[in-house]
Amino acid sequence: MGEGYAAAMPANAHNWVAVWLRNFLAWKKVALASILGNLADPMTNLFGLGFGLGIIVGSVDGTSYISFLAAGMVATSAMTAATFETMYAAFARMATMRTWEAILSTQLTLGDIILGELAWAASKAVLAGVAIGVVAAILGYAPWPSILYAIPTIALTGLAFASLAMVVISLAPSYDYFVFYQTLVVTPMVFLCGVVFPLSQMPSSFQHLAGGVAVGSFGRAPSSNNAGPPDARCRHTYRCALHLRGVAVLSVRGTVSSTSDAVRQHATENGDANDAILRDDGV
Amino acid sequence: MNNFFQPSMNMSTAAIDLAGVKKSFGDKLVVNELSFTVGRGECFGLLGPNGAGKSTIARMVLGMMSPDAGEIKVLDEPVPARARLARMRIGVVPQFDNLEVEFTVRENLLVFGRYFGMGARKIESIVPSLLEFARLESKAGTRVSELSGGMKRRLTLARALINDPHLLVMDEPTTGLDPHARHLIWERLRLLLARGKTILLTTHFMEEAERLCDRLCVLEDGIKIAEGKPHALIEEHIGCHVIEIYGGNPQELYALIRPYARHLEVSGETLFCYAPDPEQVLVRLRGRAGLRLMQRPPNLEDVFLRLTGREMEK
Repeated sequence: MGEGYAAAMPANAHNWVAVWLRNFLAWKKVALASILGNLADPMTNLFGLGFGLGIIVGSVDGTSYISFLAAGMVATSAMTAATFETMYAAFARMATMRTWEAILSTQLTLGDIILGELAWAASKAVLAGVAIGVVAAILGYAPWPSILYAIPTIALTGLAFASLAMVVISLAPSYDYFVFYQTLVVTPMVFLCGVVFPLSQMPSSFQHLAGGVAVGSFGRAPSSNNAGPPDARCRHTYRCALHLRGVAVLSVRGTVSSTSDAVRQHATENGDANDAILRDDGV
Repeated sequence: MNNFFQPSMNMSTAAIDLAGVKKSFGDKLVVNELSFTVGRGECFGLLGPNGAGKSTIARMVLGMMSPDAGEIKVLDEPVPARARLARMRIGVVPQFDNLEVEFTVRENLLVFGRYFGMGARKIESIVPSLLEFARLESKAGTRVSELSGGMKRRLTLARALINDPHLLVMDEPTTGLDPHARHLIWERLRLLLARGKTILLTTHFMEEAERLCDRLCVLEDGIKIAEGKPHALIEEHIGCHVIEIYGGNPQELYALIRPYARHLEVSGETLFCYAPDPEQVLVRLRGRAGLRLMQRPPNLEDVFLRLTGREMEK
């Protein structure tokens, strides 16, 4: 088995770019709808909660509630963009559209494909996070430079969550099981990680739990942009980035191993199903 | 047209070499102790019914699946260990189209060329010749979802040629196509063979195997039951005319024509009579009501029926 996994790892440092470019070409055809889709959900939350709760809450951590929430929404939209891109779009390319099957007949390895998919999901996370940041900056809820500081962290958030989702799609037998990951991991993270309210309001045991969860460190990073001095912000972002990079690297490795089994399984299932179709047709 | 071709069994010139390959899924043995060698420039067919293990063999040759036992060498690379290097020089036509349906014909070729590390300019320069080969010159800007089944298959074939491969692996390349589209594919494949490409072809179409393959291997339940040139196999296993008899009581007819037949096989409602002197048989059957008779030369279908006692496809 060891030999099989070695052959599945990324073949070189640049093969993944072809996969990224393929997804980019597909995305360009629906770019406008995709961007609007990425913006709609976090904007609804931002204005709904921001103006609604904001009146009751007043200020948080020395800034207005809507500014606090804007930073959280940047993190959340990066997380959901990467998660959904992987969980639905990449899963479709792996299991139903046979895109991966086609790519595997070229000189690319499974590792190249996964690296390309993760990089693509991270790119979409950057797009989604920056889009929210820009809207928040235009409305005066975030300083413009904070978007620049946040980009590396947004990208790593995307990479980490894309990797986690990749493990989920490789282990889950079908679409129906993704909902467990969504409801038991992704949604709680929004509340555990200081997106909607500061972590300090949580019982201390939850605070420890949240400390281990990736988006938690991130959710606080941009919100501190509004409060702390610039160099403190940078330090914080850097620390988050390091933390996330560890998660991401581990995830890429684990993902390739677990996904190679899943691909095999889907290939076999498809083969069987197709044989059945052929027999029914009586070809 | 390739009857005079003598495949070379020399290891260093073999395009594909399988030795004692085994593969099972769970308890089900799908490929059992399979060995064969495909010489360069040869068209080698894997012929068998659905579930015979043909696609599994094709996947193992491409390194997408590891054999449980045995050794595979493709274009001098051990597979699956160095399958990636072999695949650089292989073109694949999968059993089911996996084209990018939302992309245009040209975009499909561009995206696929990049998977082989080719630059956009290099790809652009060869796209016209690929489109011409696939007879899709007028469809370059058309989305794949708007192409007919035959056009999609031809685009898949053109896509498989983008890296100028030495070897083409084709899994049921004409399944599901109408006769016209099928003949067009066959004609294109003969052109590729004339250009010196090696082809590994899986099929359950006897006609396809007979028309294209220099040599073939007949499979049943993952076991090789015969290997050789199509005409040699037919001559060896049948070697006489065939009369298909529909209708009537097979048992009664069996007794009647037994003395004049070399073999008789009952399959479904058809009685296959292999007779060195078909007239003798026909004389005895003429005038019997409710019978339909068809006399024809033997083909690979008869070989399969003879070897397994059952028909390949119905």
